[in-house]
Amino acid sequence: MSDDLIQRVLKVIATSKRIPLETVAIDSDFQQLTIDSMDAVEILFALENEFDVSIPDDAVRAVRNVRQMCEGVEKLLAAKPADPAVKL
Amino acid sequence: MRRVAITGLGAICALGRNVAEFTDSLGQGRSGIGPIESAGCAGLRFPNGAEVRGYSHQPYFDDRRADFMDRFAQFAVIAAREAVENAGVRWTPASRENAAIVTGSCVGGQGTEDIGFQEVYKLGHSRVHPLTIPKTMANAGASHISMEFGITGPSFTISTACSSAGHAIGQAFWMVRTGAADLAIAGGSEAPFSFGILKAWEAMRVVSPDTCRPFSKDRRGMILGEGSAMFVLEPLEAAEARGARIHAEIAGFGMSSDACHITQPSPEGAARGMRAALRDAGLAPEQIGYINAHGTATQANDVTETAAIRSVFGAHADKLAVSSTKSMHGHALGAAAALECLAAVIALRDGLLPPTANFTQPDPECDLDVIPNHARAAQVEYALSNSFAFGGLNAVLALRKG
Repeated sequence: MSDDLIQRVLKVIATSKRIPLETVAIDSDFQQLTIDSMDAVEILFALENEFDVSIPDDAVRAVRNVRQMCEGVEKLLAAKPADPAVKL
Repeated sequence: MRRVAITGLGAICALGRNVAEFTDSLGQGRSGIGPIESAGCAGLRFPNGAEVRGYSHQPYFDDRRADFMDRFAQFAVIAAREAVENAGVRWTPASRENAAIVTGSCVGGQGTEDIGFQEVYKLGHSRVHPLTIPKTMANAGASHISMEFGITGPSFTISTACSSAGHAIGQAFWMVRTGAADLAIAGGSEAPFSFGILKAWEAMRVVSPDTCRPFSKDRRGMILGEGSAMFVLEPLEAAEARGARIHAEIAGFGMSSDACHITQPSPEGAARGMRAALRDAGLAPEQIGYINAHGTATQANDVTETAAIRSVFGAHADKLAVSSTKSMHGHALGAAAALECLAAVIALRDGLLPPTANFTQPDPECDLDVIPNHARAAQVEYALSNSFAFGGLNAVLALRKG
């Protein structure tokens, strides 16, 4: 996983939840960050915008922490048709 | 049945950010109508509205809390906070469980919805913000009030267009009167300044291109308003026992339906609403001294309302003072009845009847004493607050001096 991808995911979480970026880390879990179900859908919305991907409902049910979220985004990006605008 | 006292008042609207400012504006006959600032209105046939000027959530809510709240829900909580503080409510787990919340809203968070729908319809985006639903729902005001105070009793929202808050206050009044609740927070809130909503109002051809002149011969329609007013209601006996200030009593509540036309008002329906309120309060028409009229300043409403008042009050109609405070705070739709009930409560309490502002010339078809332009000192024992909604759903509150 690229650092760039991780940083962008962390930033999306911090911005959506309105918490300082330094409080979010790749090893944070959602419970620690007090991310509830509504926060989670907001973060998914922001991730979709940030990475121009569509995150299916099934893909998010098991996601409980930031690392899983980054992995999920990585998988979706890999499945995307090549786009020169996405720098990863 | 228990008598019901109003012990707490709260407000935010074009006339001020709290009840003191609201009272002062009414007393001065100062209108809050001006150029619309909070929404784009390019090409609209009307440029003016009655907004909470310069509003930002920041002195009231932190950013994260505000993320979850449309402007209309923010107004509801702001007014409820003032009302609860004004009443000096001391919460206990039991009092929270026995408290009710009844709010009125006509359009709910349609401003939020408007933004979301632009994303998909106009900008061609594939998704809408996930908070669009919880911010748009009309009950969001009641829900946020319940969370604010930890109130766990019955809470709900009534949406009957321009009568919403009247129906809400009336239901809350009946709940406290019968013992279904020991305290209620009731009122209405609205924030309709959003381009899509303004275009829809434009298409109705009922909005004035300049200002709101109820009962005036040259009236040209309504002016949209926004804001909220909330009340704390409790049994009179309990309020007196704890030494609370009684601003006024709610003496009765009446409802009716025109069963006639989806927008055109009917004098019979309005009259039935007023008679129902008098009957519920056990009052004779001659006991009423002041009516806060629905008074939208549309051609149809003001003539119809005048005819309805004449049919209910007969010769006493010539001794009644009647004013429309919509001339100052605008027509706040689902919050209108709450702002107007508040104006009537203050009129009874302070012995100062608010005027119909912007009045220029009498209309023979609206030949009532409409308190033109200047507030009038008068001690009044009982007042009515009229609300007649699109769809013909009418709500009338009867108030008694505290």
